[in-house]
Amino acid sequence: MGSRSSHAAVIPDVDTIRRETGFSQASLLRLHHRFRALDRDKKGYLSRMDLQQIGALAVNPLGDCIIDSFFPSRSQRLDFSGFVRVLAHFRPVEEESPGIRDPKQPEPLNSRMNKLRFAFQLYDLDGDGLISRQEMLQVLRLMVGVQVTEEQLESIADRTVQEADEDGDGAVSFLEFTKSLEKMNIEQKMSIRILK
Amino acid sequence: MEKGLSGLRGRDFELSDVFYFSKKGLEAIVEDEVTQRFSSEELVSWNLLTRTNVNFQYISARLTLVWVLGVLVRYCVLLPLRVTLAFIGISLLVIGTTLVGQLPDSSLKNRLSELVHLTCCRICVRALSGTIHYHNKQHRPQKGGICVANHTSPIDVLILTTDGCYAMVGQVHGGLMGIIQRAMVKACPHVWFERSEMKDRHLVTKRLKEHIADKKKLPILIFPEGTCINNTSVMMFKKGSFEIGGTIHPVAIKYNPQFGDAFWNSSKYNMVSYLLRMMTSWAIVCDVWYMPPMTREEGEDAVQFANRVKSAIAIQGGLTELPWDGGLKRAKVKDTFKEEQQKNYSKMIAGNGPLS
Repeated sequence: MGSRSSHAAVIPDVDTIRRETGFSQASLLRLHHRFRALDRDKKGYLSRMDLQQIGALAVNPLGDCIIDSFFPSRSQRLDFSGFVRVLAHFRPVEEESPGIRDPKQPEPLNSRMNKLRFAFQLYDLDGDGLISRQEMLQVLRLMVGVQVTEEQLESIADRTVQEADEDGDGAVSFLEFTKSLEKMNIEQKMSIRILK
Repeated sequence: MEKGLSGLRGRDFELSDVFYFSKKGLEAIVEDEVTQRFSSEELVSWNLLTRTNVNFQYISARLTLVWVLGVLVRYCVLLPLRVTLAFIGISLLVIGTTLVGQLPDSSLKNRLSELVHLTCCRICVRALSGTIHYHNKQHRPQKGGICVANHTSPIDVLILTTDGCYAMVGQVHGGLMGIIQRAMVKACPHVWFERSEMKDRHLVTKRLKEHIADKKKLPILIFPEGTCINNTSVMMFKKGSFEIGGTIHPVAIKYNPQFGDAFWNSSKYNMVSYLLRMMTSWAIVCDVWYMPPMTREEGEDAVQFANRVKSAIAIQGGLTELPWDGGLKRAKVKDTFKEEQQKNYSKMIAGNGPLS
């Protein structure tokens, strides 16, 4: 009843996770609760199927890409720390000035750079650091389904790659990607407010 | 979607469009509307039951003492009384319906079977310490109609049958439920299906149509959600029940979660442990609203009609409405919904005419 021991003890490596992700204790508890709710068979880890069962995710055109970003390097199991690390990218950015941050520490997961890296990786399907025209086409196709013709899609992909491509190699590197989005308010567009 | 996707350069495709979809996707991973409907409702203030103690922490020794007293009262005083009552109720039901079933078909048989059903259901409801408020009794479902309600647990059936007799539709079960089902069908015509028959929708529709065509038969009780939801919302109504025709009598059932959580999480608890949980709660308090009958209008198809009835029930019961299918807790979502999202997005980026 009342004197239940703090839930945080149940989360493995909670201190490491807190340091790396910057989540508050309350958020971590909430995410752990959510992790266990999604893990319907009580396996202790999540499989692709567990994430696919979320209705709102399954109807998302990029749903499969998002699920893939949770499972790097062909692993089929997602443990809690992996789960939280991806979600940390969407943590809202705090209002602290960059000067205070210790430059020796690794960049926080929810920094602008890391948010952009996450988005880049959704496009970069083969992980080679470049978004080729083919990859752009593939992602576009996922987002529009069968509604748009091949020619229209190709022209959209060509235009987008041309606009972003600066060194003329026909593909968009991460730097070109960040440059084309430098005016965008990434911090706001890629933050989920309830994840403090 | 338009608001979320507006970027710097008007409405053509941009690299940043991926942000919108990934954010929506991750929001769904953190919290989605459907999964939370399949766990018990969280309470604002604790009602001294351990099972509802999700977020609360230790407060004081006095509270612990009160809780211990509560446990003693519930398990040592209330539980034995309730179990005895339940026993009496079920045995009376089985014996009574078997006896009535021996009689030849006549109006006497119908009246007796009604009497038996009502009495035993009332005893069973007392066995759960159920306090039910019926509203708008003038709209109680009539013979030859179909009664439609939101589904929270098997107890919904008990609650509705205490105030009137219904013909039930459902799968044939084994065990205790099977005995009860077989006994009940002797006294008055219920519609029990084999599991294999349920898959054949036409067969089901045919049998139900025959049933309501006979105006002397009791109204059919159907739960169109097809599964138990946690009583905070109403999910998609399956259109099958609305294709049969006839008058639909909607009923809204709302439980008061302060006294006991009536939701049956069938993946977590089996029937017996669920009943035990029910019998060790404080009480089952609920409101039942009978609503005026509805029929399908001209030019309305079954899906639209189902949604209309669903909205009416949600508004009456104070529940939120969700377009999702309750079957999502077991099966994957249909691709048609994803196609709709894709269509919306394509209209935005490609609908601006041919690109230069």
